[in-house]
Formats: sequence, structure tokens, C-alpha cells
Amino acid sequence: MTLPVASFLTDLDFIRVLYIVAFTLFIVGMRMLTKPSTARNGNIVAAVGMAIAVVATLLIPSVGDYGLIALGIAIGTIVGVPAARQVKMTAMPQMVALFNGVGGGAVALISWVEYRHYLDIGGNPSLDTLIPILFAAIVGSISFWGSNIAFAKLQELIPGKPFALPGQQIINGLLLLAAVAAAIAIVTGSESEGLFILILVAAALLGNMVVLPIGGADMPVVISLLNALTGLSAAAMGIALDNTALIVGGIIVGASGTILTNLMAEAMNRSIPSIIAGGFGGGGASGGGGGGADTEGRSVKSTDAADVAIQLAYASRVVVAPGYGLAVAQAQHTVRELADDLEERGVEVLYAIHPVAGRMPGHMNVLLAEADVPYDALKEMDEINPEFPQVDVTLVIGANDVTNPAAREDQGSPIYGMPILDVDKSGQVIVLKRSMSPGFAGIDNPLFYNDNTALLFGDAKQSVADVLSEIKNV
Amino acid sequence: MDLITELTILVLAAFVGFEVISKVPNTLHTPLMSATNAIHGIVLLGGILVIGSAEGFFNKAVLVVAIAFGTINVVGGFLVTDRMLEMFKKRPEPKKAEGAK
Repeated sequence: MTLPVASFLTDLDFIRVLYIVAFTLFIVGMRMLTKPSTARNGNIVAAVGMAIAVVATLLIPSVGDYGLIALGIAIGTIVGVPAARQVKMTAMPQMVALFNGVGGGAVALISWVEYRHYLDIGGNPSLDTLIPILFAAIVGSISFWGSNIAFAKLQELIPGKPFALPGQQIINGLLLLAAVAAAIAIVTGSESEGLFILILVAAALLGNMVVLPIGGADMPVVISLLNALTGLSAAAMGIALDNTALIVGGIIVGASGTILTNLMAEAMNRSIPSIIAGGFGGGGASGGGGGGADTEGRSVKSTDAADVAIQLAYASRVVVAPGYGLAVAQAQHTVRELADDLEERGVEVLYAIHPVAGRMPGHMNVLLAEADVPYDALKEMDEINPEFPQVDVTLVIGANDVTNPAAREDQGSPIYGMPILDVDKSGQVIVLKRSMSPGFAGIDNPLFYNDNTALLFGDAKQSVADVLSEIKNV
Repeated sequence: MDLITELTILVLAAFVGFEVISKVPNTLHTPLMSATNAIHGIVLLGGILVIGSAEGFFNKAVLVVAIAFGTINVVGGFLVTDRMLEMFKKRPEPKKAEGAK
């Protein structure tokens, strides 16, 4: 006779109850992520939920090979912990891309072994298991390879600029068709590992081909989309394995990724299909050259650090509009010092954060938080835009396209319709720029030629430091 | 469990996910994404579930890789999210009173 305690622990209903506890904690944790003050604890709550889900799974009687499980967990820990500890905040987009990739990769690998297992024990499983396995294989493989390419682009291992491949849409269409056709062949009765491998390979090529040409400003959308796909593939795997924790965990990630994808696409006024179709706006790129023509012959005003210091010191409200250039120049700490100095003088300093500032959703907020900027000084676009007419000075640092008034006014501009920060409505705009070269999208910015705009040329960090030292003399 | 029950869970959980996550402010979108990275590490359970019945060196080796991948997600995802959220601080109170005049 076995001990009553032991039999209770391995009872499948008990394990299902533990799963309910686990995914409840996921949802509670996500809810706590809706406020900066509770977010850190929310993350811990979700982590506890994960620990419970893992322990519950290990208690299932049919689970075996504990040595190999321990080996896998040990390898993952040895790789994951130092990576998470050491990654720089500017490199978060790459990190998230890589994490999306390994998640999708794990799903694809498990689905492959599951299918081989069913072939070994007598052939295709029933459709309610087979279809989720095939879905998980396709989506997992796309996510793994697509994420790896996104990582390589963000890490600048391969060029990050968008480009077009000849016949790209046709090739992508054929690859998707091949994967789906092979899946249908398996569903309708073919029992072949070769077909399954064909699915994995076609999906892998598709993942590569879709992400490879996408670049620049579209990367936040791509990362969000791959995040959603990885979650969906995990949920499908949960259905195949009859595991509720996997289903709920996976679909929550799928929902989150979908929401972020939509938000990012809206913030750039781009449709998701047009981003996946590749390049920045296709015909728009050539339109950019034409759009720039009306700024020709107009001149920009340049200013110096001493002048900027005086304007800032006598302002009552200052807004900083940061872009990724700020992070590249590592200027966020100097900007915060400048803000501290101004606040001591009684100047109110706020930060206007465009949804696509940085290289992934919310990236700029993390970079500023790292520099000890309080999160309640960070204002979202919809919140700050009505305030600009009451702002004395706006400092645009490393941002370009997200402040381009052509998006509001010039119907011929490739970014027409994209929501922007209305920095041009503030009393004075000071743009910190290295040179007159256009931004990521290669579009000229009429903001620079406005009467209330002055340009401070030079490296962003050095310029801010110069202003800071001048302001101490005011 | 039958397929219909599982699909019911899937659809309801999707709506819960949409409701909860759509309330996450822009400020926290990067930590949200890395936290969801950690949660999709739950595929780790898939590897644990099937490795016992898998036969042969190849299958086992592939599953060890899958379990390692899932663990990277879980451990790395939660850790890096914690690192980020630790940095999010409110404006110190006295300063705020001064700024508000």
C-alpha cells in the first residue's frame, strides 16, 4: 500500500488544481504589471506561478527521465542567468528577440519529437492532437528563425536597413503554401516524417524571408508580432499535450503580443500586412525625395549651448522629446542631470515619449528609468500633445521622424498620417542633431526650418553636457 | 480532456489576457514583453511531459535542448524583467511639492 500523502500528490486532479493556481498567479501578476508601483511584485507573482506549474508537472506519474530534465534545466539556467544579468538596457530589443526565438524553437522541437513518437507507436494521432501539433510546428519554426534574424539585425550582425527582395511576396506565398500543403497531406492520412520535416524547413525559410527585408523603424512591430506567434504556438502545444497551464500561459502571451503589435502599427500609421510585405512603405520611399523638395532653399537657424542654457533657465516648463539617438549617444544620464538642475530652479521638466521611440514598445521608458528619471515625469503622446502650446522650450534629442510635422500636413509624405509629438507648437524648439542628415526613414523634416526652431549641432551627450555647464553660470 | 473543453479554456483565457494586458501603460511595455517572454517559457512543461516516453538518443537530445530553451526563457525572462522594474521609481515627494509650486 502506498502512503496516502504520496498518492494524493500524484493525483491528476491535484495536479490540475495546481495548474489552476499557477495560471491564476500569471493573470494576477499581469494585472499588477498595469501600474509601475506594483509591477515588480507582479513579476514575482508570475514567477511563483511558473514555479508551481513546473513542480506540478514533475509530480505527474508518467513523467520520467528526471536526470535529463535536470540537465536541460541546468543548461538553461547556466545560459539564461548571466545573459539576463549582463544585458545592457539599450540591448533589450535583441534580448527579447532572442527569447522569442528560443521559445518558438522549443515548441518546434517538442512538436517534432511528439510526431516522431506517434509514428513509432503506430501512426498519426487523432486530429484533435495532430492539428495542434502541426500548427505548433509551423508557427514555432517561423518564430524561431524570424526571431533569430531580428536578433541579428538589431545586433547589427546583418544590415538593419530595410530592403526589398525581388519576387519576395511570391516566394513567401509559395513557402507558406508548401508548409500548409504538407500539413494537409499529413492530416488527410499521409504518415511521413519527411513531410513533417518539410513543414519545419518551409516555415523556417518563411521566417527568414519575412523578417530579413524588414528594417529600421518597423522593428518594434516585428518583435511584437514574433512575441505573439511564440505565445500562440505554445498554446497550440498545450492543446496537443492536454495541458491547461500551457494553453493559458501561451494564449496570454499571444494576447499580449497581439495588443502590442496593433499599438505599434497604429503609432506608425502602418498596417501590419504592409509591414510584413516588406520595406518601408514601398513606393513611399521614393515619395520621400519629392516631399523633401519644398524645404530646399529654406535655411535653418543654429544656436549655441550658452543661448540654450539661458532659454532653459528662464523657462517655466520644459519638455524633452527623446529618440533612440539619445540612447545611442548614452546621453540619458546627462539629460537627467540637466533636468535636476532645472527643477532646482523651479522649472518643470517633462518627457514626451512617442510610442515608437526606441526599438521596441516602451524601450525609451526603460532607458530613462535606468538614468533615474522618475516614471511620473514620462508623458505618453496623447497626454502631452495638448500641453505643447503651454510649453516654453522643447528639447528634441535624437528624435526625428516622430516630431516631423509633415506627418500632419504633407499628404505626399511617406509618413503622412502617422501620429507625432506636436513639438512645433511649443514656444521654442531646440533640436540636438549631429548633422543635417535625415532620420531612419530618410525623410526631410520641415520642423528644422520653422521660425521657432533652433538647431544645436554636435554629439547629443556632449551638447547636453555643454548646456549643463553653461547653465551653472546663469 | 476533450478538445471542446480545451478550446473553451483557450478562448476565455484569450479574452482575459486582452482585458488585463490592454490596461498596461506604454511605460511598462518593455517589461511586459520580457515578462511574457518568461511566461511562454512554459513550453518547458511540454518538454518535461514528453521526455519520459521519448525513445532513442536523438529524441531525448532534442528534448533536452527544448527544456534548456524553455528554462532560458523562464529564468532569463523573469530576472531581466525584475532588473528593469527595479529601476522604475516615482518622483521623490518633496521635489514634487516644489515643482507644483
